[in-house]
Amino acid sequence: MKFWRKPLDADLVKPPHGRVHILINRCKGCGFCIKYCPRNVLEFSEEFNRKGYHPPLVVRPDDCVNCGLCEVMCPEFAVWVTPDEDKKLNQEPVSGGKRTN
Amino acid sequence: MRHLDRQVDPEHSHPLEPYLRMDRIPHIWCSTCGLGTVVNAFLTAVKASGIPREKIAVVSGIGCTGRAAGYVNFDSFHTTHGRAIPFATGLKLANPDLTVIVISGDGDLVAIGGNHLIHAARRNMDINILCVNNFNYAMTGGQFGPTTPKTARTTTTPYGSFEHPFNVPFLVDSCGATYVARWTALHVRHVTTAIQEALTRRGFSFIEVISPCPTVYARRNRLGSGLDLLQFYRDNSIIKNGVDTRECDIRFQEELIVGKFVDVEKPTYLDTMSEYLRESVGERYMPYVGPMQPPQPDNGD
Amino acid sequence: MAANELTNPLLTGAHYWDGDFACAEGAIAAGCRFLAGYPITPSTEIAERMAERFPLVGGTYIQMEDELASMAAVLGAAWGGARAMTVTSGPGFSLMQENIGLGVMTETPCVVVNVQRGGPSTGLPTLTGQQDMMQARWGSHGDYEIIALCPSSPQECFDLVIRAFNLSERYRLPVMFMMDECIGHMTEKVVVPRPGKIHVSQRRWYRGKKEHYKPYLPGKDGVPPMVRAGDDFRFHITGLTHDERGYPVINAACQKTCVSRLVNKIKDNTDQIAILEEEGTEDADVVVVSYGISSRVATRAIALARARGIKVGSLRLVTVWPFPENRIRELARKAKCMVMPEINMGQVYLELERIAGTLCKTTLLPHCGGWVHDPQDILEAIVQGAK
Repeated sequence: MKFWRKPLDADLVKPPHGRVHILINRCKGCGFCIKYCPRNVLEFSEEFNRKGYHPPLVVRPDDCVNCGLCEVMCPEFAVWVTPDEDKKLNQEPVSGGKRTN
Repeated sequence: MRHLDRQVDPEHSHPLEPYLRMDRIPHIWCSTCGLGTVVNAFLTAVKASGIPREKIAVVSGIGCTGRAAGYVNFDSFHTTHGRAIPFATGLKLANPDLTVIVISGDGDLVAIGGNHLIHAARRNMDINILCVNNFNYAMTGGQFGPTTPKTARTTTTPYGSFEHPFNVPFLVDSCGATYVARWTALHVRHVTTAIQEALTRRGFSFIEVISPCPTVYARRNRLGSGLDLLQFYRDNSIIKNGVDTRECDIRFQEELIVGKFVDVEKPTYLDTMSEYLRESVGERYMPYVGPMQPPQPDNGD
Repeated sequence: MAANELTNPLLTGAHYWDGDFACAEGAIAAGCRFLAGYPITPSTEIAERMAERFPLVGGTYIQMEDELASMAAVLGAAWGGARAMTVTSGPGFSLMQENIGLGVMTETPCVVVNVQRGGPSTGLPTLTGQQDMMQARWGSHGDYEIIALCPSSPQECFDLVIRAFNLSERYRLPVMFMMDECIGHMTEKVVVPRPGKIHVSQRRWYRGKKEHYKPYLPGKDGVPPMVRAGDDFRFHITGLTHDERGYPVINAACQKTCVSRLVNKIKDNTDQIAILEEEGTEDADVVVVSYGISSRVATRAIALARARGIKVGSLRLVTVWPFPENRIRELARKAKCMVMPEINMGQVYLELERIAGTLCKTTLLPHCGGWVHDPQDILEAIVQGAK
C-alpha cells in the first residue's frame, strides 16, 4: 500500500498481523482469495492438489494483516486467518512454491 | 506431478466448521461458483448475530442454491420447487420463536415461487429471504428464467432471450417489503452485514445476491469463469443505497446497481394479527397457544 | 349456546350441525391449532368455522394465496410442532398433490380434508361426488401408500377427524379425510362427548439422546419418532430420496430402502389401520360394499331387500385406503355377489373387483355425480346378485 506521506502516528499504530491457514485438498482453485487479498499475500501454487486444482500458496506471509477477506470469500471453507503477533517467519513454505520477502 | 498431501497448519480447523454439516463437505457447487461464498457470508452473519443456533431454521427450494439447506448445521428443510416461502411461513407461524431464513435461487423464488414471494412481502411475514440470482436455472443445465437479462443465451433461449426480466428489488418493494437489498458475491462484507441486519430485525427481509454461474450461464455467454464475473461486478457495480428500486433493472453485462434500497419498520404479520384480533374479538381472544411440547428427557423413558 | 362457550375447545353436548361444521369442531377437539387453507366450495364452511373459533381457542388460521401454499404451510407448521390441517375440494386437491408427496416422503403428520364434489375440472362446485378416491390413493407421483377415511354422517365427521389426526401421528404421514358435499352440507344431530372421553394421541416424540438422533431411523413398526424445529436437533429433511440421516442419497439401493419402508409401514399394518363397519355379513348372499354418502343410500336399499327376504349384508369402508384386502377376500369366499355403489364411474370398485372378482360376482353401480343413487337401483342390483 502506498502512502503519499508517512502517517503521523506510524510509530504508535501497529497493523495487525495474521497467519493464513490453507486446507490444500479442500481447495477448488477458484482464485477468489488470491485475487482479492488486499495485500497480495497469496498466489497460485504450481503444484496440484488431490482434486487436480492449484491451491493458493502463502508467498508474502509478513504482509498479511488478518483482514479475513480470504476467509469469508472462500467458497470451499478452505482458507482462514488467525491473529499472529509474532512477526518472525515461522511457517514453512509449501514445497515447490515461490517465496519472496 | 506431485500431489500435496501435507496441509498447512492442520492444528486449527476453519472457524465456521461447527456451522457446517462436515459429513457433507465438499459441496456440489462448481469451482468459481458464488454459492459457497454466499453460504460462507451467511454463516459468518449467523455467528456474528448471536442468535442461538437451535433457533435458526433454514428452508430452501430446488436448484443449486436450494442445496444450501443440506450443508448448514441448523434445522434445515429442502422442500419442493417454489414452495420454500409458504413452508417457511407455516414453520414461523407454528413456532414464532424461530428465526426462519429461506435460501433459494432466482427461478425457485421468482418464477414458480413468485406468487408466494409477493404475498409474504405483502403480509410482512417475519421471515428472511436470501435470493441468489445467477440469471438462469443452473441445476437443470442452464435454462432461462424471469431474471435472465435480454439477449442472454441459455439452453432454452439459444438465440438469446427476448423476454424482459423482473427487477426483483422493485417487485418485492412494490409489494411492501420492509427490507430490500441487492449485493453481489463479490461484496462479501456487505452481504454479511445485510444478512445480519435481516436476521436481527423484525419483518420481511429480502436480500438478492448476484452470483456467478461459471459452468452454464457464463460459459454459454462467453463471460469467462466465476472469477472473471466477480471482476465484472467489481468494475460495473455501483453502490446506491436508498435509491428508488424502479431504477434497478439489470441489463445484460451492463452496470449493476447494488445497495440497501429499503429498510423501514412496519408491524409484522403476527404483530398485526394479534393486535387486531385482541381489539376486535375482545376479552375472549386467546393468542396462539404455541407448538406442542415434546416431553422433557428426564420425564420420559 | 351461550357466547362464552365458544372459547371452550370441546363443545360437550348435543348439537344440530352440518358435516363441515362437525369436522371443524372435531379438529379443534383433536388439538388442531393451525389451519392454512384456500376457500373452495363445498369445504369453505370448515375454514370459516375454524377462522371464527381459532382466535378463541388459541389457534392460528391463515388463508394462503393458493392451495399449493396451503399444503406447504401445513407441512412447515407440522415441523414447527403444530397439529396442522388444510381443507379443500377436487380442484384444490389436485394442486396440493406435489406437497402431499413431500409430506409422504418427509413423513409429516397432518390431515388433508377433501370435501368431494363433481368433477373433473371445475365440474359441479355445489353438488356431491366421490370422484377423488383414486386420486387420494395415487394423486402424487411416485410409489407410496396412504390412509384415507370416509365419514358418512356429521357425527362421524366429528369422531373420525380425531381418528385421522391420531393415525397421522401414529404412522407419520398426511391422512386424507375424504368427505363429500352431501355429508358436508347435511345437518344432523352430533353429540360431543365430555372431556376425557375423547382419545387424542400424542405425537410420537423422539425420547433418546440428541447425539444419537437420526431423522429416519425407524422403530420396530417401521415408523421413526418425530422431533420439531427449535430443539437443537439440527436435523435435515429433504424431498430427495434419503437415508436414515435424512441426507439425499441418489442411487437405487437407497431408493429401495427408503421407498419400501414408506410403503410397508402402511401396507403391513393394513389390518390395524382399517376401520370397517359390518352388519349382517355372516351369512349374507349379497354384500353391499360402500363408503361415504353412498352407504347412507345403501342402508335404505338393504332394508328394502331384507323386507323381500334376501340375505344381504353391509360392509361400510370407513377407511378406504389402505384397502382391506383380507376382509374383502374372506367375505367374497362366502357370498354370491358383492355390490358397490359409488358416485363415480368406478374407482374403489377397481380394487373390489381385483380382490373379490375371482371369488364371487361383483357389480358396480356407477353414478356420474351431482346427486346420490336411487335406492331402487341398488335394490335391483342386490336382487340380481342374489340369484
